[in-house]
Amino acid sequence: MASIGQFLHSIPVDLLIIQTINGIVTGMILALVASGLTLIFGIMDVVNFAHGELFMLGAYMGVVAFAMTGNFWLALALAALIIGIFGAALQIVTLRPLIGRSPLNTILATFGISLVLQNYALWQFGPVARKMAEPISAEFTLFYLQYPWYRIVIALLSGAIISALWLFLKFNRYGVWIRATTQDRVMAQAMGIPVPLVYTGVFGLGAAMAAVSGVLFAPFGGVDSSMGLQWVLEAFIVVVVGGMGNLGGSIVAAIFISLLEAYAAVWLDPSQAVIASFVVLILTLLFRPTGLFAAPK
Amino acid sequence: MSSATEGAEPLVSVEDVHTYYGKSHILHGVSLAVGVGEVVGLLGRNGVGKSTTLKTIMGLVQPRSGAVLFAGKRVTGLPPHKLARMGIGYVPEDRRIFRLLTVSENLRTGLDRHGVTEERRKILLDKVFTYFPVLAERRGQAGGTLSGGEQQMLAIARAMMLEPRVILLDEPTEGLMPRMVAQIRTIIDVLHSERISILLVEQNVPLTLEASQRVYILEKGCVRHHCAASAIDVNDPLIKQYLGV
Repeated sequence: MASIGQFLHSIPVDLLIIQTINGIVTGMILALVASGLTLIFGIMDVVNFAHGELFMLGAYMGVVAFAMTGNFWLALALAALIIGIFGAALQIVTLRPLIGRSPLNTILATFGISLVLQNYALWQFGPVARKMAEPISAEFTLFYLQYPWYRIVIALLSGAIISALWLFLKFNRYGVWIRATTQDRVMAQAMGIPVPLVYTGVFGLGAAMAAVSGVLFAPFGGVDSSMGLQWVLEAFIVVVVGGMGNLGGSIVAAIFISLLEAYAAVWLDPSQAVIASFVVLILTLLFRPTGLFAAPK
Repeated sequence: MSSATEGAEPLVSVEDVHTYYGKSHILHGVSLAVGVGEVVGLLGRNGVGKSTTLKTIMGLVQPRSGAVLFAGKRVTGLPPHKLARMGIGYVPEDRRIFRLLTVSENLRTGLDRHGVTEERRKILLDKVFTYFPVLAERRGQAGGTLSGGEQQMLAIARAMMLEPRVILLDEPTEGLMPRMVAQIRTIIDVLHSERISILLVEQNVPLTLEASQRVYILEKGCVRHHCAASAIDVNDPLIKQYLGV
């Protein structure tokens, strides 16, 4: 009994609260990345290995547009728009011709795209990470920390974008097209829904969401050509744990995984904390391969 | 041949269509025609290519040779969504309701097209809700929660949202209770009275003969017999053999 009491007493409550906030902030960005990924998978059965590179290119677009306009929010919108259009064009050129082929073809195609984009960024922007200033420099005191408001804003903004996506899917005509196509693409076509166009639109939308996440994250960690790798890995874990193609599941899983890593970092070295999410991934694949938060399909 | 299409141009015509699934040859030169406002039955045993004929018309499978004409235009090779917009409604065998979409959303998939005014939407919805009151009751419910008969009604109502000139109806009474079968029969008559053409694939031979003006009998991917529905004698041994009744 005494040892349990001792353990409870040793829990650093302040640190846990800080890590809860950190976990939620990272979780919201991750949810934004993962929702694009899961949307694309759900509708097209395409595992988009280039998603991280769209995130990275989005961040670079943000840096470039910020340098040109001097306005972070304008740069954010521009990056989303440009990468959204770029994603749509990429889908038309590389994935549309592969419709109906085995999934291996699209995996190889998106993997190839990711290598091309990564090396393009390296060639275009160089190996030195670019910095981007936080658009909001105000901070508030959280125990012994000066916590930046910008992180709170990011979490709220990500939440707002995800809610907007949800409303769009629920009520908008094109949202209904997307959901109908996800459920039965043959019948969707027979109802007059232009399915090839829906595919392109969804890929563009997913790319734009990756770009937004990239720009929002840029002020934290700097922008370099390999920044997409870590995010896309985490996003894949989230998509599997949340149930492939399940949007709501992905969002819950993103926050769950991020919180888990944040708490693990209290006791472990942060680089080891990543192990926690892999443990969850492996357990999910072993015991609930359809995802922890699977909705009946 | 007592054909209703003689003289007038048929709305849908299938001309010597050969369709394959991979290497297996399913349709061996099927030709048939559906006139404007005509109900045409397509009979035959399981696996003779009835559903494949409908899928070929809808553009869901591409014929290797032959042609499909709609309203006098060659439509072979057009994507299904274009055919749907041109006025071909499709009610597949297994209904294929969008299970996670509500009844209203299922209907909406056919209404969100160019040129449908608010007013027109309301008229179309009111019409199906009059014929199928149960759909009005369940409009907020997910399609997957409906019973088999209700799903069949929804599948037909959904196709009606496209304001089609022809509906391809694949086994609408399969697995339904007698009461539901009667209701489906009624809706076929209603569509007929509105001059909507129907190409009806059915296992239920008496129903098909009652509802249609003409019938085609398919065997092994070929049209073996073609006549007025009233001319079919179900006690004829040859007909029995074709239909497997």
